[in-house]
Amino acid sequence: MSATLTPQAGRATRGTTATKPVESRWERLAPYGYVAPFYLLFAVFGLFPLVFTFVVALFDWNPIGDRTFVGLDNFVRLGEDPRFWNALRNTFSIWILSTVPQLVIALVLAQVLNKARLRFASFWRMSMLVPYITSVAATTIVFAQLFDRDYGLLNFFIGLLGFEHVDFKNTVLGSHVLIAVMVTWRWFGYTTLLYLASLQAVPRDLYEAASVDGAGEVKQFFNITLPSLRPVIIFTVITSTIGGLQIFTEPLLLQPTSGTTCGAERQCQTLSLFQFEQGFGVFNFGYGSAIGVALFAIIVVVALINYLLSSRVGRRA
Amino acid sequence: MAQLVDAPDRSSAAGRSKGPGRRREPRLDRVPRGRQVGRVRWYTYAVLTLAVLACLFPLYWMFVVASAGTEAAAEMPPRVVPGGRLLVVTQLVFDTIPFLRSLFNSLVVAGLIAVGQAFLCALAGFAFAKLAFKGRDALFLLLVLTMTVPASLSVIPQYMIIAQLGWVDSLQALVVPGLVSAFGIFWMRQHISATIDDQLLQAARVDGASSWQIFSKIAFPIVRPAAFVLGLLGFVNAWNDFLWPFIVLKSPEVYTAQIAIKALQSNLTVDLGLAMAGSFLVTVPLLVLFAFFGRQMVSGIMDGAFKG
Repeated sequence: MSATLTPQAGRATRGTTATKPVESRWERLAPYGYVAPFYLLFAVFGLFPLVFTFVVALFDWNPIGDRTFVGLDNFVRLGEDPRFWNALRNTFSIWILSTVPQLVIALVLAQVLNKARLRFASFWRMSMLVPYITSVAATTIVFAQLFDRDYGLLNFFIGLLGFEHVDFKNTVLGSHVLIAVMVTWRWFGYTTLLYLASLQAVPRDLYEAASVDGAGEVKQFFNITLPSLRPVIIFTVITSTIGGLQIFTEPLLLQPTSGTTCGAERQCQTLSLFQFEQGFGVFNFGYGSAIGVALFAIIVVVALINYLLSSRVGRRA
Repeated sequence: MAQLVDAPDRSSAAGRSKGPGRRREPRLDRVPRGRQVGRVRWYTYAVLTLAVLACLFPLYWMFVVASAGTEAAAEMPPRVVPGGRLLVVTQLVFDTIPFLRSLFNSLVVAGLIAVGQAFLCALAGFAFAKLAFKGRDALFLLLVLTMTVPASLSVIPQYMIIAQLGWVDSLQALVVPGLVSAFGIFWMRQHISATIDDQLLQAARVDGASSWQIFSKIAFPIVRPAAFVLGLLGFVNAWNDFLWPFIVLKSPEVYTAQIAIKALQSNLTVDLGLAMAGSFLVTVPLLVLFAFFGRQMVSGIMDGAFKG
């Protein structure tokens, strides 16, 4: 970390500049100008909307500008709305189905990629980033086809094995699995690279010593790899919570005909889709904002629980 | 918190070729000593090959269906080799929707965001890393905190603001909010702290350089590679963004490429080949970009990770 961060060094810098004959006022204000764009844009497009969501949620509000204060009515209505609970269940189901495999795969691959004498190391790494640069829209269209009930490649093989074709798109569990596969596919390589970066900072001597002591690969994984990855695991669990609970595009594009409901029975409608449906589909800004507030609260709580749980990972060791 | 380490410690790995290996395995088999492959076993490559196939196959499949036309999507057994109709199908995509226009819109949006991020984040990162000013630490803390706010939850008020500004259905609505990011500033600050020597900057100060001159003549050239990677990542994210463009863009002339594919998909539900061709065309520019700069992107992502 840079020395200037300490107050003392800061003073030193100022000391140097003080030897200059004149220090203009511009020079003193310049740093604020350098950092200002971010704070301005964040205030307008980040912070204000966030606070304003809470306000809009208290109103019966439509885009034309008609608004009536209704207090907490939107939230009461939300609690009684089976569509909300359905969306909540779907969101959690998809999130867990996509996060757990993704992190496990990334852990194993990072361990594998961290070998000292691995050949073609940069080829493996680059290939794993290809899904990340592929857009969600393109991903969804391809996977929907691969998992198609009648003509999908996967069901072709399932059929060869003598099983019935699975209707991934239109069943509850099927659509959740399909969406989870897409999310996992897109993100496991990225997560692997984050883990790998963290692993490379672990002194290799540690592994060498462990293997001299007769610790096998599995033992090394649990006693060295996992504990040293703790901070980055916490980080990825939190970010995948925030991302996973807001999932929107995959379920939207999975069902081109039904769109925001994700199937006639709302099989895979997530909270974000429900919010969009209420906000921009039926133009009920107040109710839509209430969904946003609820989702925000849920994310905060879940992220906190995740933080507490994942800070235990590998602590024993 | 995350720290950048100048270089991962590889030195210890280099010297040691002959750890005792796994127990059950005889040590001197096949591989000549000194060139021993260490503990990398065949199954390591098997696992990696499987992972790479899983990563690349969907893209290959996209190409197969796009190049064979719609009928290929319904063939049984499925077709596995590309067909020769890529140009025909591509032409059809361009005829059906103003797709070229959409690609151009995406290029403008992603390009401006990339440049904005690379420059503005480097500038702010420089101020946080190297300039002394009142309230700096508090401002920086605030910046880090903003990273934890899940932005898309407040899409309704965000839309209202865009509407107030009169930016609905225009590309500013996408570009302006994306010009600078908390993550980018944080990242550039780490880079600048780690790579630029204070004394160099102080020498310039003594010579009477202003902070702007110090940034543009000394600091920025040094961290240009990091800013470039940040710009690349910004480009990829902006190019692939869906939710926000989907909300603020209404008419086909301003569609970005992602929204255009969505239009292809829902207007012609049956015509899968067309949607696949669109997806393929949207992905190709990024694949080309990745072929040139993939290595930098990989190391950029790994640099930004938590270490230790």
